[in-house]
Amino acid sequence: MNMKARVLALIFLLFSSNALAELNIQITQGVDNPIQIAVVPFAWEGTGVLSEDIAQVVANDLQQVGEFLPLSRANMLSVPKQESEVYFRDWRILNQDYLLVGKINRSPGSQLVQVQYEFFDVRRELKLSGEILTGSVTQLRDIAHEISNVVYEQVAGIPGAFTTEIIYVVAEFISPELTNFRLEKSDYDGYRAQVLLETREPIMSPSWSPDGTQVAYVSFETDLPRIYIQTIATGQRRQITNFPNINSSPVWSPDGTKLAMVLSKDGSPDIYVKDLITNEPPVRITNHPAIETEPSWSPDGRSIVFMSDRTGQPQIYQIELGANSYGVERLTYDCFYCAKGKFLPDGVNLVHVRRETRQSRTYSIAILNIETLRVLTLTNTSLDESPSLAPNGSMIIYATKYNGRGVLDAVSIDGRVKFRLPSSQGDVREPSWSPFFN
Amino acid sequence: MGKQTTHYLKIGLILISLLALGACRSSGEMEEPSEEPAPSQSATNSGASSSPATPRQTPEQIAIANALRTTVFYFDFDVSEFRPADRDTLTYHARDLASNPNKRIRLEGHADERGTREYNLALGERRANGVMNFLIVNGASRSQIETVSYGEERPERTGSSDSAYQANRRVEVVSR
Repeated sequence: MNMKARVLALIFLLFSSNALAELNIQITQGVDNPIQIAVVPFAWEGTGVLSEDIAQVVANDLQQVGEFLPLSRANMLSVPKQESEVYFRDWRILNQDYLLVGKINRSPGSQLVQVQYEFFDVRRELKLSGEILTGSVTQLRDIAHEISNVVYEQVAGIPGAFTTEIIYVVAEFISPELTNFRLEKSDYDGYRAQVLLETREPIMSPSWSPDGTQVAYVSFETDLPRIYIQTIATGQRRQITNFPNINSSPVWSPDGTKLAMVLSKDGSPDIYVKDLITNEPPVRITNHPAIETEPSWSPDGRSIVFMSDRTGQPQIYQIELGANSYGVERLTYDCFYCAKGKFLPDGVNLVHVRRETRQSRTYSIAILNIETLRVLTLTNTSLDESPSLAPNGSMIIYATKYNGRGVLDAVSIDGRVKFRLPSSQGDVREPSWSPFFN
Repeated sequence: MGKQTTHYLKIGLILISLLALGACRSSGEMEEPSEEPAPSQSATNSGASSSPATPRQTPEQIAIANALRTTVFYFDFDVSEFRPADRDTLTYHARDLASNPNKRIRLEGHADERGTREYNLALGERRANGVMNFLIVNGASRSQIETVSYGEERPERTGSSDSAYQANRRVEVVSR
């Protein structure tokens, strides 16, 4: 990049920062070589007012995933809505790598809209993709997220996760005697929240099934922690466990047939696996008098990663299923407290919660590469917990505190861009990212 | 000085020395009044003074009454064992259970919010179990005690201050 282009890029970055403040996006380190994309406001060719700005949703999606730098609208020299109106020179001058244009149509009296988008490689002056998406006026955000998926996959080479969802727990303090707890589901970016469950007792550890149709969680509605599974579409629920003491941490296996969990019925918290097909009693996986908890499955479903404080403080371990208890491998060594470990799809990088030293009282989200042993700390807030991965491994959502209130933040996998999700009243926590929906 | 005055003076002195020993309180906040958590469950302050209903209670009876009124036990950070200062109070609880075989209690374990939620659920249970084991060793029967952990999910105090954390690291004794 020559000097002039650098200056231009810097100016555009500053302009973008103003827009960022309203969106709660923080650029924590800045992207070294961001992919510059111009997302032109889509032309609206119908009557009335649309409830969503599709192009803005797309621009936010791409910015939040950390690799893109959308061009600020104030700097656009023209606003084409289709290929015939595109002058590539307008975009090369602004140093854009990609261009997205579109237009929206609605037949009079219809609840349906047609959204046409076209996506271009500016330097090669080439159209990469384009189509017309049809949906109802209530599905504008869905359409925008689908377009983001196409753009992302074209550029990054892996599927986008913008049409996925999250579930999380909300605790709303009403009075010293009453806190309302809710299990809610929303778009990955926090919009369009729906309540799945509402109780007066704590809810913990929500976990999506791999087919995206069910959620498992712990509820204290009987005054004791017990595991439930609920079908999202119908709200039907069933209690899965009723053992004495702790029943917690339900996590589905990648093939959806088993549920890992933590039970302390046999003396101390240990990892168990329940076969949901045969419905036989849970099988004990770890057998140690220390605390074993926070199970997660390796991507191939053959081993379980868990936390144990057998050495005095929480560390992360892995055990191959079917192996005897001597087959436990320790994964973390150079932290005082390492917990809530989960592998990225590559099976090499481990997201976890980390407290570096005994003196440090800060809990952060970090990634450990178990081959190189390099650690990348992703967050700089101090009470971070419950990291959950996007199904394409591109982003991590986690719970943290802001001004004394529980909120959800998300960070791109390289740690460069962070955004805060808008959230309902109360303390929000324990997010779980959905799988891809078919 | 009359005989009665001397008598009350003796009781007063005994009470004062009991207070000084910390046997009347469930935790060590006596020494650090500025960090005292809200005394929600224990009525030991009122117990410190002589109870007017039975003016001729023995010092031992007073000590027992105070101990049984102490139903919240606080823990230090990163620690699962109850405080040595609570040993005597818990012994009174154990003996009370031993001499009342029909009495049932529930021990509810809690943790402060730092660290991961599921580990805190397990820590709360470890704390409750520690108290339970002590009670059993000192005379209570296993069938009299139920334990449950709420981890960090039911804080006594909200907020992220050290005093809030201190108030939340606790085991509560609940009569059933």
